[in-house]
Amino acid sequence: MSSEQIIFYILSFWFIASSLAMIFARNAAKAVLFLVLSFFSAASIWILLEAEFLAITLILVYVGAVMVLFLFVIKMLNIDKSTLRAKFAGYLPLGLIVALIIIAEMTLVLGGAQFGLEVIPSPARHGADYSNITVLAMQLYTTYVYPFELAAVLLLIAIIAAITLVHKKESTHKKQNVSEQVNVRAKDRVRLVTITSPSKEKK
Amino acid sequence: MVSLSDYLILSSIIFCIGLAGIFINRTNIITLLMCVELILVAVNTNFIAFSHFLGNEAGQIFVFFILTVAAAEVAIGLAILTLLFRVRGSIDVDVTNSLKG
Repeated sequence: MSSEQIIFYILSFWFIASSLAMIFARNAAKAVLFLVLSFFSAASIWILLEAEFLAITLILVYVGAVMVLFLFVIKMLNIDKSTLRAKFAGYLPLGLIVALIIIAEMTLVLGGAQFGLEVIPSPARHGADYSNITVLAMQLYTTYVYPFELAAVLLLIAIIAAITLVHKKESTHKKQNVSEQVNVRAKDRVRLVTITSPSKEKK
Repeated sequence: MVSLSDYLILSSIIFCIGLAGIFINRTNIITLLMCVELILVAVNTNFIAFSHFLGNEAGQIFVFFILTVAAAEVAIGLAILTLLFRVRGSIDVDVTNSLKG
């Protein structure tokens, strides 16, 4: 067994174990932490597949931003102590049966006879002068430049949608009513009162 | 050497764990979102494995876009979740049945 296989099986073990711990965790915050470990193992497997840029992106964007957002929402909503597993026993057998059947079917289809080393040999490793980022950037800024721009627009839409959804409407900000300001008259704002001086009344 | 089928079987196992998680954690929306993330990572592993073994970088470009869309999906999903908690006072799926006929 080569060292690459040993590394692959260790990473796969942690990937699968932390994923299982995630779906069986009773505490939502613990589930997020297990998912962080699972993403980290996935990024390591991606580095094994020479996709260094995407692995670093997965760690920086997912573990650094998205999972922290999950933790933030869980702590803000204060749901980590509530009863989240009311119907646990009812759906556990069905979920396990469906998952095991799908794993069995996919193992039959994706087994060594179809995608083994005899059919698709493992490609040669790149040398030290190979840069995954350069290769991806060449593709991304030439062939896929329009999808790249669309992805940027999609992120902008997501930002606007998220802010609009959670923004409280009237209570948090002041705004001006232009029609009232235009229609205002002098008698609404200025009240003229006649004040008689008490000293003159005495005379 | 690790063959392509090892990577594919690993990602199918992760996919099914995420699917079983959706069945099991049916009442908790925030864990459902996390299971969807797990499924997306399994699919991305598939793409990267094929990209490596076939020598084509287009698969990694596709993973890049999947990550972008998944980040947007998480942001909007958590915004809806916050709104739901603000309106209903709970994020239990069984509470959110106002569209039920």
